[in-house]
Amino acid sequence: MGPLTSSVASGFSRTSALRGLLIKEAYHIMRDRRTLAVITLMPVLQVILFGYAIRTDVQHVRLAIVDPAPDHETLALRSRFGATDEFRVVAVVPKAADLEPLFQRGTAEEAVVFEPGFAERLGGGLPARVLIVTDATEPNTGSVVAAYALSVIQAYERERLPVLLKPATSGGRAAGERTIRIGAEVRTRFNPTRESSNLFVPGLIAFVLTLISSLMTAISLTREKETGTMETLLVSPLRPWQIIVGKVTPYLAIGFVSVLGVVAEARLVFNVPLRGSLLLLLAEGLLFILVSLSLGILISAQTSSQRVAMLGALVGTMLPTMLLSGFIFPLESMPWPLRVLSNIVPARWFVTVARSIMLKGVGLAYLWQETLVLVAMATMLLALSTRTFRARLE
Amino acid sequence: MTETLAIEAKDLTRRFGGFTACDRITFDVRVGEVFGFLGANGAGKTTAIRMLTGLLAPTSGEATVAGYDVYTQGEAIKRHIGYMSQRFSLYEDLTIAENIRLYGGIYDLSDRQIHDRMRAMLSRLGVGGASDELVRAIPLGWRQKLAFLVALLHEPRIVFLDEPTSGVDPITRRQFWELIYEAASSGTTVFVTTHYMDEAEYCDRISIMVAGRIGAIGTPGDLKARFGTNSIDEVFVRLARPTDGSTN
Repeated sequence: MGPLTSSVASGFSRTSALRGLLIKEAYHIMRDRRTLAVITLMPVLQVILFGYAIRTDVQHVRLAIVDPAPDHETLALRSRFGATDEFRVVAVVPKAADLEPLFQRGTAEEAVVFEPGFAERLGGGLPARVLIVTDATEPNTGSVVAAYALSVIQAYERERLPVLLKPATSGGRAAGERTIRIGAEVRTRFNPTRESSNLFVPGLIAFVLTLISSLMTAISLTREKETGTMETLLVSPLRPWQIIVGKVTPYLAIGFVSVLGVVAEARLVFNVPLRGSLLLLLAEGLLFILVSLSLGILISAQTSSQRVAMLGALVGTMLPTMLLSGFIFPLESMPWPLRVLSNIVPARWFVTVARSIMLKGVGLAYLWQETLVLVAMATMLLALSTRTFRARLE
Repeated sequence: MTETLAIEAKDLTRRFGGFTACDRITFDVRVGEVFGFLGANGAGKTTAIRMLTGLLAPTSGEATVAGYDVYTQGEAIKRHIGYMSQRFSLYEDLTIAENIRLYGGIYDLSDRQIHDRMRAMLSRLGVGGASDELVRAIPLGWRQKLAFLVALLHEPRIVFLDEPTSGVDPITRRQFWELIYEAASSGTTVFVTTHYMDEAEYCDRISIMVAGRIGAIGTPGDLKARFGTNSIDEVFVRLARPTDGSTN
């Protein structure tokens, strides 16, 4: 048994040793039913929970209407407000001063104020003014509900214009200018219904997948360190890359099941459209999981306790993903240092990819850059974790 | 070169920053010997073992294990040594047979070899029917003996045992040492650390590490004679608390 025979023998060992590791990892996973259930169901559950918790659409806005002189136009508009799901008309009062107590008590969060002689002015080709008042203690909600009200009025205006213009062609001015003048038109592309779930769910998918994936490898590797089996593996002729491939592959499979789960959920529960290729989305998901799993390995290299590893994986993925991926807070409105920093957050790239595939329906031709970044990240992290394994032997 | 030496260490040193865990240790272990590696906690035993098994690179000095150089031939060393860590080295959520198959695969044994050696091993332990038992479910004493035999599965030339008997009952310890002798008599060199001084008496030769250095080395009888005591325990205490030159 000299060095020669051992080097020949090592030619065989690669596959069988690796297969042994994979089988072993599969046993670990399957025998720990509870953990398996948690890691496969958690993503699906989290998406549901977060999906409903962080919606920004507003429903049943409590609306007060000030209509000093009701006529057929104001009545028609009022019934429009009453007919939508977004609004619930809580009060109709004759003068604007009556609004104050309604707002203060919180009975109303928004008010629409018509000017007297509304129908008359419209018919006569004069601008009929409507004032929209919102409670802006929550500024975001305030501007969202203002936009909702505006869109109801504009929709009505578009419908009425042809009718109104016929008797009043003599007016001579452009229709848009002389009818209802309030603010600018707000346009939303790709999410015309303003469903926040369309925007959030792809981000949530990224968030949940990165969390679970990095946790899986971080915990499973540190568990081996805690129990002492890692030392035995390191003393064996196994190469660092074999240990890493043996760890990553099984969890990649589990992660893929999670991807299927959350994508199905996005479609079926949140009705997020899937305008692009499902195959591409799944492939990108797999790539993103690989990045996260490698991140978990890297985290586990820094500690030998499962608790610390868990905390590391949570903090290392949750915060950056939440804050710097564009999932909740738009990157465009961040100061430049944060925008630069966001480039190293893997989820930032995947969120773009997932949104683009699901909402815009674009393909690889538009997403090759993001894909390349993710590929580079996976390669780098895997190489780095292989090195930390070797470094610990030094 | 020399077939009579299983391990050869010369001025082997490892520093961690300003702290010298192993300070120029020099010793030989002969083939087929049971070599006891003693020392208080923190004396540098584990660091020495880690250097010899390729888990840690030495800072300076030389060492060969099974004839291979620790700096350049780490991979070859790994194929020819067995190792049983201080902490338990089997997977508790795998069955006995699954553990054996895993390690057999890692050490590149054929299915036939694994099968045959597993049978021999289980009948040696008298647990032939328990191969499908989860390791978690078998008593600690068995597990420890099983872990030792698994470390011998690939028939290594040298087996390193890091405090293999800590936490097991006296009867199991006795049985464990029987296994150690069996391995040694079939030509395997056994390098064992322990802090049970009675176990030191079972070794062919022992070395005692004190504060990163080798304080004494020889057969248990030699050492007792040299220090004029009748137990290794006292030798150990003398070495650990030197009276010459210090005032405490």
